[in-house]
Amino acid sequence: MASVFYQLCHRYLFIRTCGFLITFHKTRVYQRTTQVAQLSIPSSGRSNANFWLVARSWRLPARRYTSSGDKVQPADEENAPKHLLPFEKQFQQIAQLSLQDCELPAKHPLENITEDEAVQINAEPPLPACSNTLKHYVEQSETLRQLVLLGVDLSKLEQRPNVGNMLIRLDFEKDIKEKLLFLKEVGVLENQLGPFLTKNPFILTENLEDLQIRVSYLKSKKFTNTAIARIISKAPYLLNFNVERIDNRLGFYQKELGLSKQKTMNLVTRLPRLLTGSLEPVKENLKVYEIEFGFHKNEIQHIISMVPKVLTANKKKITGIFDYVHNTMGVPHHMICRFPQVLNCKLLRIKERHLFLKYLERAQYDPSLPNYVSLDRLATLTDEVFCREIALATVKDFEIFQKTL
Amino acid sequence: MRRAYRELQGLFAVYKPPGVHWKRVRDTIETRLIQDLRSLDRPPQPEQVRFLLGSGEGQDPSELTLTATNVPVLAEHPLVKGPPFPHLKVGVGAHLDLPSSGVLILGVGSGNQLLQRLKSQHLSKEYIVQGVFGKATDDFSDTGRLVEKTTFDHVTLCSLEKIIAMIDGTHRKALLTYAGIDLHSQEAYEQAVAGLLRPSHKTTPLITGIRCVHFDPPHFTLEVQSLNETQQYLRKVVHEIGLELRSSAVCGQVRRTRDGPFTQHDALLHSHWDLDKVRAAVAEAGPRVWAALRCARDVQPGERRESVRATNTESAEHT
Repeated sequence: MASVFYQLCHRYLFIRTCGFLITFHKTRVYQRTTQVAQLSIPSSGRSNANFWLVARSWRLPARRYTSSGDKVQPADEENAPKHLLPFEKQFQQIAQLSLQDCELPAKHPLENITEDEAVQINAEPPLPACSNTLKHYVEQSETLRQLVLLGVDLSKLEQRPNVGNMLIRLDFEKDIKEKLLFLKEVGVLENQLGPFLTKNPFILTENLEDLQIRVSYLKSKKFTNTAIARIISKAPYLLNFNVERIDNRLGFYQKELGLSKQKTMNLVTRLPRLLTGSLEPVKENLKVYEIEFGFHKNEIQHIISMVPKVLTANKKKITGIFDYVHNTMGVPHHMICRFPQVLNCKLLRIKERHLFLKYLERAQYDPSLPNYVSLDRLATLTDEVFCREIALATVKDFEIFQKTL
Repeated sequence: MRRAYRELQGLFAVYKPPGVHWKRVRDTIETRLIQDLRSLDRPPQPEQVRFLLGSGEGQDPSELTLTATNVPVLAEHPLVKGPPFPHLKVGVGAHLDLPSSGVLILGVGSGNQLLQRLKSQHLSKEYIVQGVFGKATDDFSDTGRLVEKTTFDHVTLCSLEKIIAMIDGTHRKALLTYAGIDLHSQEAYEQAVAGLLRPSHKTTPLITGIRCVHFDPPHFTLEVQSLNETQQYLRKVVHEIGLELRSSAVCGQVRRTRDGPFTQHDALLHSHWDLDKVRAAVAEAGPRVWAALRCARDVQPGERRESVRATNTESAEHT
């Protein structure tokens, strides 16, 4: 995807042409200039040109009508009512001010106006009152525009219930900026902020103090800074959990797996989504390993420390793989424990390769006998390397064999 | 990207592995194709011209100027609009059930209409069915619940071929009935010789050809050419062969080697399910599919595929 260059970032003010007269004393000079490219939207991780955007927002001063023709003054936004969207606040202010200070009668729509007044008219179509996509609001909303430039996938977020409404009502300067700076401080990379918010937009509604308390809790548990950065990047929902909940989950893993504190921390750093995912499948998987497969406690600990993903794997899948490897291929428990990657592999792959080796009479998984084939090489090598080194045949032969299965 | 999408439209065949549901095959192919299409070059983002009001550089701040700027339309950005190709129409021809494997025809985009037309041509399919004497199970396959065990020493190749010939004969008679023409006419004879004798509508499963290719008791292999069949029907046929031979048989493997104009040779293995290979397969299969749709002639039992291909191209040249 080619990166897009923004030439300018402007804030538009909508000036309603209902009922107030605008006069200017200076003459206008019309220029046609094209601005230099200053910004780029970070692409979805493929290109290397990801850099911070610099938004140059030019504020148009709101025109307040006065009969003496004084110099215009910028409007103040602090007294705007809070329930309005940020860019609608300006609308209301102008309307209120103009109605209060209007002394001359309103202008007729068909009356002639000067060039300067015509230039001031900005007749954009009105925003739809309700919409099921954010693309109608993204041109006018500063918040949404900044989020897109960060790399947040609005098309995914608008499908989630209530997230679209929440994002529109946020103010970039007040709410979002401080959270982003906090995340940067914690160690989340700049090009990861967009994907982070795409996965967890609700972090923008959390209190900054709460987030800081949770990070300091992790630090108190002796996680290193790099570990914390990795955990937060890989498990975006973790900072939405309160301290008690994070503590409970860490305690659960330490108790269930029976590992030491350091090993549990290493495990959680390697696979942070263990902390944010559901615990029921993990409990079930542990029971399956112990009762159905018949692994010992120390074997389960070894498997998990080598391949943590088996804790969250699909029960049917690992049962199918174990059944085939242990019963059909005849591999004993201690060999599976030595090569737990095989439990993470695709069953179809293992089946095809085993049947091919069986056809070639090379299916030998006992290390004490000659021509031994290790399980991890069987499961993880690519087709070319497998055919060349283990099966000692060509890829073409393997394909012909696959079509006879 | 648009060119790649255009070249994808059509029919191609994949080799469905055993133990994988046909729907999962279809979904995997759809996901892979969408992924590969999205990774290709995209057209540039549309831009719009906006006239912006503000103070120009080097000018008096209270003076307003209009500047025309080319600004990309943010609503058309992929992060706002969504990525291209949210879905792809991939249709499946004749289904294959979970334990079977073999040629499965898929259609992409406008190729799905060709699927329907191909179906109405009632072209036959070829299967390799492996059976084992000595067991009978509840679902006629070797993984089912065992119902009975029998001896099979008395089964010989001769007796097996007799039974097979009997089955062949009954089904041929049924085919003649479904063809809907008078059996005693010259026209019927000529059509039967030319291989144009096919049912014009959906019928019960019909076996147009069956022969034993391998006999090694208790294992045996049959090559079956049929119309409107299901794989479970073929397993039932194996079971019935066992019963006729006063023994019992279960079906081991059911593998489709040909589906209409698509053979095993053209089918793509699961390691080749990507955009380039599918495009090539669609382009290669195109002429054959059109020839099959135009030509009313089906493959006769025992006839090799290459000769039919030759006659199809000849008839295509004549028309």
